[in-house]
Amino acid sequence: MMSLFYTIVPLCAIGLVAAIVLYFVSQKFKVEEDPRIDDVEKMLPGANCGGCGFPGCRGLATALVEQEDISSLYCSVGGGDCMKAIADYLGKAAPVKEPQVATVRCGGTCEKRPRTSTYAGTKSCAIASSVYKGETDCAYGCLGYGDCVEACAFDAIHINPETGLAEVDADKCTACGACVSACPKGVIELRKKWPKNRAIYVSCVSKDKGPVTMKACKAGCIGCSKCLKVCEFGAITIENNLAFIDSTKCRLCRKCVAECPTGAIKMVGLAPLPPKEKPETKEN
Amino acid sequence: MKTFPIGGVHPSDNKKWSKSKAIEVMELPDVVTIPLAQHIGAPATALVKKGDAVKVGDKIAEATGFMSANIHAPISGTVTAVDLQPNGQGLRQMMVTIKREGDEWAEGIDLSTDLVKECNLSSAEIIARIKEAGIVGMGGATFPTHVKLSIPEGKKAEILIINGVECEPYLTSDYRTMLERGEELLVGTSILMKAVSVEKAVIGVENNKPDAIKHLKELAKDYNGIEIKALKTMYPQGGEKQLIAAVTGREVPAPPALPIDVGAVVCNASTAVAVYEAVQKNKPLVQRVVTVTGKSIKDTKNLLTRFGTPVSALIEKCGGLPEGDNRVLNGGPMMGRPMSNLQSPVMKGCSGITVISGAEALRGEPSACIKCAKCIEACPMGLEPYLLAKQSKKKAWGEMEKNDITSCIECGCCQFTCPANIALLDYVRLGKQTVMGIIRARNAKK
Repeated sequence: MMSLFYTIVPLCAIGLVAAIVLYFVSQKFKVEEDPRIDDVEKMLPGANCGGCGFPGCRGLATALVEQEDISSLYCSVGGGDCMKAIADYLGKAAPVKEPQVATVRCGGTCEKRPRTSTYAGTKSCAIASSVYKGETDCAYGCLGYGDCVEACAFDAIHINPETGLAEVDADKCTACGACVSACPKGVIELRKKWPKNRAIYVSCVSKDKGPVTMKACKAGCIGCSKCLKVCEFGAITIENNLAFIDSTKCRLCRKCVAECPTGAIKMVGLAPLPPKEKPETKEN
Repeated sequence: MKTFPIGGVHPSDNKKWSKSKAIEVMELPDVVTIPLAQHIGAPATALVKKGDAVKVGDKIAEATGFMSANIHAPISGTVTAVDLQPNGQGLRQMMVTIKREGDEWAEGIDLSTDLVKECNLSSAEIIARIKEAGIVGMGGATFPTHVKLSIPEGKKAEILIINGVECEPYLTSDYRTMLERGEELLVGTSILMKAVSVEKAVIGVENNKPDAIKHLKELAKDYNGIEIKALKTMYPQGGEKQLIAAVTGREVPAPPALPIDVGAVVCNASTAVAVYEAVQKNKPLVQRVVTVTGKSIKDTKNLLTRFGTPVSALIEKCGGLPEGDNRVLNGGPMMGRPMSNLQSPVMKGCSGITVISGAEALRGEPSACIKCAKCIEACPMGLEPYLLAKQSKKKAWGEMEKNDITSCIECGCCQFTCPANIALLDYVRLGKQTVMGIIRARNAKK
């Protein structure tokens, strides 16, 4: 009985002394922090993805509270509503940004882009691309080893085993940009997000000349500039044998899709244009 | 018998497949493609354009700055293109394409095989000739030789080491060169000694080449200050720092220190022969000995090949590729780079084409690391490969830099020795490339 007493009493005494010391120390060395940082952090999604360029949500919250002009700060995960709520709380002008979605610009499926070598090394896009061009003859396309999958904190990008290509789940994608910087080939691009996940984009990043691209992949952009001629909005540019559709100028008119001879221009969530009618022959 | 003090492995040397084959001259190709980047440093600048007629030995590309090398036409004919062509890894780089017409050499090149021993040139003149001839380290690193020989002010070379180690399994091009062109090698060594003003040179040869050691020792009696040193066989003894440690017992500090900081200059044996030809015969670097070897290659050969010859032509000459999976390496099995495009040309640093076939061509399934520390034991640079690989996987580049990743010589001992088949070198190399990029960006900012 006494031995119990000997342990309990001194332990309680030590605890009491430590508590008193800690109380005074915490008072003495108290860090004054804007309480709004905590509040703003709570309003942010808390994904800590780093898509805003800060190390985690607290970094962004601190910046949002401390900076006068917050127009350059944006959390793409929370989106416009979240940013508006925070801006209202802080009494600042809300940063506005169009919603975006990550887009994999490669259509070289196993079927369309035949393999010409076997990669026996570590299954990592960064390592494979530092060793050689990849298993197919296209030195630009998706390698399919999934560095982007690993980088995604939202389970929004996956490798389709049938095509061997990365595919984005547009509903889950928050446009944080982690996959864009993880891809050593620069295949993934952040593009404007249309309602119902509609999209039209050039699904190829090959800068090779037309014949070279054609030999390596049946779905590649050969830079023929047919799409350029039909675009009424000036959204299409051709550089280095590659067409590019500026998603901020594109109006989803679908004319370019029908023109593309290799099917490199992809359309999502849209019905194809009705086949061209020939008014002259009809009238006659 | 000496070797380097830490790490190293013993892969089976597999030199038997091609060591007894005398150097043969490879037929001239009809078309060659010559990359403008065949060396470490800035790619050369093309001096020719489409339609130009060239003779063998004409300078077709000039060094861009100090850290670069000249490139000469390896065949005579007409330039048909200067454009982007796929290299061995399938990536496009600038190349000059020449269509062959006959075999006409440029004027002033001595094509006789007579040995010219006398050399009355000064150090600066020798280095100028070497620079003009576009000579680079032919052991594989392709470091421009004139840069290596230009000793920075305030430093002094004490010893010249000629690298006749050829520790890479399978390859026998340096070995055959030492046996068949020993005299030229020794004259080249004397010239190099003069270029860096040293009294002493050591030719290091591993003791798995006893006939080469005996042959060179016999010849070296007539030359002052050249010693032939037999070294205990151990991979990667051909590494510059390992060879210096084996020969002199001195340790080169971590980068950015260079061998000259411990008073040593190292040149490859084939490079010394190329130096002889450049200085005594005025012959630029347009060809080299390439070993074509592998267990599955019917007729292995050591071929004196003009640069720009497609790799496929060499393999065809040796009996072609066997059916099934083949790994074709530019170099040997330890440090060679696998090629996906066999139409790519032989370059200055290509000492061999090794073909690994069948199940050996593919890697084993990796299992988990049990921290057995075999990789640490094997690392000749005293690094911890398992740790570096782990940090590379986690993209902890800062940590990797602290752990001296820039010292890694990418010899592959760690991966070779790993009982769990972990691709350590893949990760370590990725980390090294990334960290070097970060360091370069940081230095550029300063």
